[in-house]
Amino acid sequence: MTDSPTRWSVAETVERVERGEVTAAAATGAHLTRIEERRSLNAYITVMADQAREQAADIDRKRAAGESLGPLAGVPLAIKDNILVAGVPCTCGSRILRDWIPPYEATVIERLRGAGAVFVGKSNCDEFAMGSTTENSHYGPSRNPHDPERVPGGSSGGSAVAVADFQAVAGLGSDTGGSVRLPAALCGVVGLKPTYGAVSRWGLVAFASSLDQIGVFGRTVADTKAVFDVIRGHDPRDSTSMRTNGARPAPKQLTIGWPEEYYGEGLDAEIRHSLEQTANRLKDSGHKIIPVSLPNSKYTIAVYYVICTAEASSNLARYDGVKYGHRADSPDDLLDMYRHTRAEGFGDEVKRRILLGTYVLSAGYYDAYYGTAQKVRTLIADDFTRAFATVDCLLTPTSPTCAFKLGEKMDDPLAMYLSDIYTTSINLAGLPAVSVPCGTSKGGLPIGAQVIGRPFEEHLILSVAEEIEKHRR
Amino acid sequence: MAITPDDVAYTARLARLALTDEEIARLGRDLGRISAYVAQLTEAVAAGEAARPVLPLIADAEALRDDVVQPSLPVEQALSGAPDVKGPFFRVPKVIG
Repeated sequence: MTDSPTRWSVAETVERVERGEVTAAAATGAHLTRIEERRSLNAYITVMADQAREQAADIDRKRAAGESLGPLAGVPLAIKDNILVAGVPCTCGSRILRDWIPPYEATVIERLRGAGAVFVGKSNCDEFAMGSTTENSHYGPSRNPHDPERVPGGSSGGSAVAVADFQAVAGLGSDTGGSVRLPAALCGVVGLKPTYGAVSRWGLVAFASSLDQIGVFGRTVADTKAVFDVIRGHDPRDSTSMRTNGARPAPKQLTIGWPEEYYGEGLDAEIRHSLEQTANRLKDSGHKIIPVSLPNSKYTIAVYYVICTAEASSNLARYDGVKYGHRADSPDDLLDMYRHTRAEGFGDEVKRRILLGTYVLSAGYYDAYYGTAQKVRTLIADDFTRAFATVDCLLTPTSPTCAFKLGEKMDDPLAMYLSDIYTTSINLAGLPAVSVPCGTSKGGLPIGAQVIGRPFEEHLILSVAEEIEKHRR
Repeated sequence: MAITPDDVAYTARLARLALTDEEIARLGRDLGRISAYVAQLTEAVAAGEAARPVLPLIADAEALRDDVVQPSLPVEQALSGAPDVKGPFFRVPKVIG
């Protein structure tokens, strides 16, 4: 343990607050100071200094009164700015919601609040979570703490930066095609994307509803698990949230699949080498590593960008200048108001995806694009089902490259989309996956390993991630 | 399949997006490249067995709740973020002439 609360784990923070060795106010204050010192990384869109101090004071009052404290008592968290905290602006990284203050609160926030967590800020993200670098934020890009000239990954880049840079102990993001795992890998932290239906999405601003899932960032697997255990579970307000009946007990010696398609062309040699070392260490601890095939992997990006844009074009129809957010000045008529409100409010990538989504859903193209993508999505999901008949989980890289330079891929949307090549298939199949740091490049940049599990087997993939973490230390 | 500026303008109308000529040209180029990339899916379906469209991912047969009225967002709160309201209503430019 070091002296600054910004360096503590979840368990250390809770323990010290419970024992009275530190007040929640002091732990929160240390993080708010760090946030101010590190503004240049642009981790947060809104710093919640006053609200965080009030929450912390409340925990200290409870402790003084001898009341029981929750499992996250006094733990400062970063919350992606597409998850609603009542009374706090929620921009989604967009101009169109610049001044919008949500009138209600996400289920995950209610649960974290009940567990004693303190929200220090709303973290930066690509506009409406559309992007792989956080460069598509209306509020400027976030920067990678390992090299501020490089991207942190996206779309939940702000939360990843906050956690990696000690501006929060842990954080929340959302993952539609890799938006938690990719920034976790590029910033050197742990990022969990739970099973579709494992965490309530009530109060998460919708992007692509058949893919979106709220996920967790932590500096360690244990921290990530502590936050996940609080937010998981059925919520009657989200019809896709699931009741689960406990998972099967995990065998001690696992059979881990090595999907050959994830180690082909386009994968950085250093990352490949790091994953091979990781696999060897897992083998040394008694696990079996066997090659498996996911033959439809090559179609992943194409399927993903048809389905996510189709769903986004429909979900984002709600930003019409009527119900909330920006409205264009002095329109000629209603239609003119819609068109100019949206033209002024949305950035380039959001417009690009709305257009593509509208195109693939329009009469004459629907079957060729959307219908076809839905069918290939089934083939991709079936690949995983077949693999899981013989393996307990899969080991892959999270990202084909380490963090790249800011601006490097901004002019080439297709090259940018290929950053998600190892992560999107997991969302298409609804599976859980975790990215865990497994090495460092010669240039000093973090490398992430991805462990993919069967539905609702988060505990199993987290235990593998914990082994990978232990091997590194 | 080539995407013409007219296709882009038509799609933008459907999507309620006012685009400049420059945006139509630029986004049209991106759209053309992306849709050409996506065209590989046709070969996947042709190669694969008659795949069914995916849905639902993971089914929960008990998702239905009893059909009773639950509390919902009060009107004032629902209107709290609107750019223009009058009484309990959203106000918009005149729709019918």
